[in-house]
Amino acid sequence: MTGLSLAPQGRRVPPVRPEYERTVATTGPIGDVARPLSLWERIGNITALRRFAVLAAVALLWQIAATWQNNPLMFPTFTATITALWEAIWRENLLSMAWVSLSVLLKGYAIAVVLAVVLTSFAVSTRIGNDVLSTLTSMFNPLPAIALLPIAMLWFGLGAVSLTFVLVHAVLWPLALNTHAGFTSVSETLRMAGRNYGLTGIRYVVTMLIPAAFPAILTGLKVGWAFAWRTLIAAELVFGVSSGKGGLGWFIFQNRNELYIDKVFAGLVTVILIGLVVENVVFRWIETHTVRKWGMVR
Amino acid sequence: MNAFTYPADVDTDSAGTAGVSERPLLDVSGVTLQYKTRRHLVTATYRVDFQVFQAERYVLLGPSGCGKSSLLKAVGGFLAPVEGAIRLNGRTVTGPGPDRMMVFQEFDQLPPWKTVKQNVMFPLLASGKASRREAEEKALDCIARVNLSKFADVHPHMLSGGMKQRVAIARAMAMEPDILLMDEPFAALDALTRRKMQEELLQLWDDLRFTVLFVTHSIEEALVVGSRILVLSPHPGQVKAELNCDGYDHFAVGNPAFQDTAQRIHTMLFADEVETVKGLPS
Repeated sequence: MTGLSLAPQGRRVPPVRPEYERTVATTGPIGDVARPLSLWERIGNITALRRFAVLAAVALLWQIAATWQNNPLMFPTFTATITALWEAIWRENLLSMAWVSLSVLLKGYAIAVVLAVVLTSFAVSTRIGNDVLSTLTSMFNPLPAIALLPIAMLWFGLGAVSLTFVLVHAVLWPLALNTHAGFTSVSETLRMAGRNYGLTGIRYVVTMLIPAAFPAILTGLKVGWAFAWRTLIAAELVFGVSSGKGGLGWFIFQNRNELYIDKVFAGLVTVILIGLVVENVVFRWIETHTVRKWGMVR
Repeated sequence: MNAFTYPADVDTDSAGTAGVSERPLLDVSGVTLQYKTRRHLVTATYRVDFQVFQAERYVLLGPSGCGKSSLLKAVGGFLAPVEGAIRLNGRTVTGPGPDRMMVFQEFDQLPPWKTVKQNVMFPLLASGKASRREAEEKALDCIARVNLSKFADVHPHMLSGGMKQRVAIARAMAMEPDILLMDEPFAALDALTRRKMQEELLQLWDDLRFTVLFVTHSIEEALVVGSRILVLSPHPGQVKAELNCDGYDHFAVGNPAFQDTAQRIHTMLFADEVETVKGLPS
């Protein structure tokens, strides 16, 4: 009968101990339940400050490395680059050149966003749309936008249209891919809740699917932005002038030809700065006012 | 097992209202539900009949695999019956709609990008049932009823599980649906919160006298929450019994009558299990 091979004397009985009840202490004797953080802790919590410290460290390393190299033609120092940047801004209209690049970029970006929304809405509402999107993204996503540039130049000539074409290509596929992934990962419960409200068609996509998939869409927008920026600068380097005015890539290319390496670096720094601002100001603002506020990402 | 034969006569309307003078609010007649997986065609329920009347707390009770959730989804309009019909107020249910509001088990049923108040207002506005001002008024009233007034402007990710379920209930109530559909709404909560939520639901029902169709796999919950219970057998779901259980509350749990009924239901479900086990080898 004994399931266990323990001898009867080995069966321990828990001791019987007296019961008691207590009245719980109020917060008085415990002290502060919530205490403000120290100044250092609070400063450490400012993300912008921490990021700025990283930037400063990179600049410092650059300065040290360049000074040690002591070859201003090949590798100008940080301070020399900043001086060149300052001069380029005031004497050579660097800002308006940057604006030429940016405006082309924004145009291509906007067209791509609209196309991506149309394409993915089509893909979530019909099965054939899904097949179309999946096939097209797997075909075109791995194709570097810059590789299409020769064809685009042949078709649309040496102008902003060619640039816009490659930009749309650079943004559309990663954005569509991410948006579609976001749509398909919306939970079944949330979908049913939306349909329960009587939402159908485009209203369902706009009021339920897009906000529910917004973390993925935002990732797509960021990836698309980076691709577009890279593609644009590369395209300008290759064939320079767009619609009669040079952009940032052209500025870099020209100065390299004339061996103004400090200005080449100034152009690169401008590219980096614009990238940093867009990522850390624009996208971060969108993020804190949407997905972070909604608790969809940490 | 003759689950895969369907006779042609779908019209079982005459079965309806015998014995009760009132017309049923919800009439489920001869409903067979099937869904496809990649490999199989699964029959979830087989010719299930039941009727729900105004102000009833009707519970679908059964073990997992008895198709109770599928039945609720069919009433919600998310799943079309392959046989039989579901009628609400005499009209056949063909798709989801705001006259039948669902409360799901999952906490992610609330759109996270809307605050509690906006969440409750959302269906009112989406269905065009109320203007923005009316919706806001109604939302605040319903939020107050589920004791969440302090959290009206908070996003759902700041709330506990029980609070989220309360928002879902408030959202459904604000719509004043013909019938409230609850799919194991308290199953993911801890025992203490669950009990509190059951009490609150009963209190709300006492105030508003809505009609609710409630799915659960807990016999105790069925007896406490329901006024009438449909007991379903599994694989595929078929009606085993329909019982009255009005008048049981949490304080009745220890009563002999309560225990008897619980035991009776348990035997029904358990006996069925023995049968299927016996049936297997042959």
